[in-house]
Amino acid sequence: MKITVLSGKGGTGKTTVSVNLALSIENVQLLDADVEEPNLQYFLHPIFDKEESIYRKIPEVDQQKCTSCRKCVDFCEYNALSMMIDEVLVFPEICHSCGGCKLICPENAITETDRELGVLKHAKSEYNVDFWQGELNIGEESSVPVIEALKKKIDPDKDIIIDAQPGTTCPTIEAVVDSDYGLLVTEPTPFGLSDLKLAAKLMDELKIPYGVIINRAEKDSNYIIEDYCNINDIDILLRIPFKRKYAQLYSEGIPFVQKEKELKNHFRKVFKQVRSVVDEKNHSN
Amino acid sequence: MKKITVISGKGGTGKTTVVANLSYLFNDLVLADCDVDAPNLHLLLNPENRDAEVFKSNKLAVKDQSKCTDCGICYDVCRFNAVDSISYDIDSYKCEGCGVCVAMCPEDALTLKLLDTGEIYNSTTRFGPMVHASLKIGSDNSGKLVSEVREKAAQKAEKLNKDLVLIDGSPGIGCPVISSITGVDLVLFVTEPSKSGFSDLKRVAQVIKHFNIPALAVINKYDINEKISKEIENYLKEEEIELVGKISFSSDIVDSLRNAELIVEKDQNNNVSREIKFIWKKINKRLKNLN
Repeated sequence: MKITVLSGKGGTGKTTVSVNLALSIENVQLLDADVEEPNLQYFLHPIFDKEESIYRKIPEVDQQKCTSCRKCVDFCEYNALSMMIDEVLVFPEICHSCGGCKLICPENAITETDRELGVLKHAKSEYNVDFWQGELNIGEESSVPVIEALKKKIDPDKDIIIDAQPGTTCPTIEAVVDSDYGLLVTEPTPFGLSDLKLAAKLMDELKIPYGVIINRAEKDSNYIIEDYCNINDIDILLRIPFKRKYAQLYSEGIPFVQKEKELKNHFRKVFKQVRSVVDEKNHSN
Repeated sequence: MKKITVISGKGGTGKTTVVANLSYLFNDLVLADCDVDAPNLHLLLNPENRDAEVFKSNKLAVKDQSKCTDCGICYDVCRFNAVDSISYDIDSYKCEGCGVCVAMCPEDALTLKLLDTGEIYNSTTRFGPMVHASLKIGSDNSGKLVSEVREKAAQKAEKLNKDLVLIDGSPGIGCPVISSITGVDLVLFVTEPSKSGFSDLKRVAQVIKHFNIPALAVINKYDINEKISKEIENYLKEEEIELVGKISFSSDIVDSLRNAELIVEKDQNNNVSREIKFIWKKINKRLKNLN
């Protein structure tokens, strides 16, 4: 079973949920697909034993062969090529590596070179979790190819937990698109609610079953998330209370379940509930 | 006119809260919410007179089935796995609108269609005009929408003769973040003292360094972990990023957030309000010294 942990808003507790859930169940593989800011490593203290570069293709123009016809410049949808007097300039950061300019060039003046976009790192973490992390290189713009490569590391014999990037655009979609279930993490603030609605809309559109985990839940606070979920018939799987102690543990990179064993049972229950929803869906298909 | 973008690397460190409270203190400015993925500034500033315009920049390859001969060339040339290997249908989520399949199709069965990326809103707040947006769910190209919001806010400031554009950025280091800092005069980092917050700050600070933009920093919730706060301070010194203030971890700020209120407005004598006011003064000073 593949579970992706996501949220519209950043900083609601995706990483907290991913790591605590992973440490509460057996035979699990954990993928950090928040490749712009991969943070699971600060909770797992991995000693990486494998590292692979992810490359993408960038055009190179042979100025000897180039006749300045501009066909490549006009073709590029991303404005990654521009004509400087009579030479074609390439802006690698903006290039999407579609390969179109090379195919379009009538003089065969364009070749492609590899440019490192990011890296994948593997570790067997100290809590015996099979862990893969994607990392986008600084200054690069497109996370999606790194996430795609990361997902190729999925071990079909394990249960998979994917920590996604916040938001509702391409990198988040790439992480969640073929998952069995989405865990939507939110917090009981107007921000949390507004962004939860966006994430829920995305899951509806992708037709992936989902449930909500409320982080920093206060006993006597307003029930804006609960009300929204009740009206829309969305499962609330867990409430993680708002405690200064949790904020401190988080800051040190200590998974809560290491300090509060009882919380492990709560995460196991979440996992069981998710499994039954997924099984039921597979059954009816 | 000066432009400041507020970013953090990590999400949830308090960017929007800081922007909203600062806008009360600056009082006369233009605001831009460039976190188009999860826009929240409007929830604190309650803008009025929203006039919405559709923004189109996404492109998608569309197939005319009557012309298609199932030759499979589109599948061969697409680098984004957007063409199905059997049906040769286009997956709208995967298609990046590069146009390679359109150019290579021997039957002219494919065209690039311009799609809605989202909506841009021109609104008014108590502190001045605000430009914000909503991205269509599942939409590609948020970078272009971010650029458009930033540009529109700058044009507004120019036209109305405002001195400052304050931009709320998005988390991360990728495309939307880079679009939100392009051409700005100053970046303000809002960070928090956690291992992940610190690490994310370092990554985003490297991006800013790459673009050579002067930067300031605020440590939010600094007393959650004073040891990491100290480490962040040392790092900022080394990187010559001016620390303009620290904000303490307080339930007052959470409460005001829950009620969609600005703490600097509601309770001027609150500790947090004083801390934010201090930050505002420091930013003002830095703005005056910018060329």
